[in-house]
Amino acid sequence: MTQNPHYTKHHPGWYRVRMPIFWWVHKWVHMKFILRELTSVAVALYALVLLFQIRALSQGPEAYESFFAWLKTPLAIILHAIAFLFVIFHSVTWFNLSPRALVVRIGKTRLPDAVIAASNYVAWVIFSAAMAWIMLTS
Amino acid sequence: MKKTTKPFWWGLFGAGGAMSALFIPILLFLTGLAIPLGWIEAPRYEALLALVKHPLTRLFIFALISLSLFHWAHRFRYTLYDGLQLKHLNELVAVLCYGSAIVVTLVAGYTLWSI
Repeated sequence: MTQNPHYTKHHPGWYRVRMPIFWWVHKWVHMKFILRELTSVAVALYALVLLFQIRALSQGPEAYESFFAWLKTPLAIILHAIAFLFVIFHSVTWFNLSPRALVVRIGKTRLPDAVIAASNYVAWVIFSAAMAWIMLTS
Repeated sequence: MKKTTKPFWWGLFGAGGAMSALFIPILLFLTGLAIPLGWIEAPRYEALLALVKHPLTRLFIFALISLSLFHWAHRFRYTLYDGLQLKHLNELVAVLCYGSAIVVTLVAGYTLWSI
């Protein structure tokens, strides 16, 4: 007998509570968590719109003009308005959580969470102003 | 200890999260709302093209697009996992999410290179 008999150890089976798919709709904190995670969809969609805009720009004035005409349609405006709310939510939740991920020490004292979060907001304002200035004065 | 690729994807997620949080609100507001609605005068085509052709702008836009997609890929993957309980499709979801981020990165690289 060279063949090993195939056997499995007795396995008592997992105890797993089945979660309903929409477990997160009943409580606002859970809903907020899912909404926060879904801001990434708005981020990705805007990145794609930006890519299409660059592509249109590279294809010449006519292509760019027709892309710009699409941006002016009510549908595009509404989608951008919704996406804008989501990306603002993303920025705020991201900046507020950053002290959890980033521990800054000066000497032996740990920089307070509020200082780290505040520095994010300051950077946000400065970068936004710089971006607007570069785009609008070019 | 088993080596995983998790820190790598998490790093891209974090970089994309920070970059998109800082830059996308203002960009989206200007290009998607303020300029199309006429609140701000639209920049001329030539000026915009010259701006985008600058190597630093290209590098910036490439990083923004690519990292934003990797940020989405990681976050959306775990949203499907925890939110919609798609645990049995874990591998497929991961491949589709990170795969699309890689494809968009390549397309963005090509588009910005050949502008």
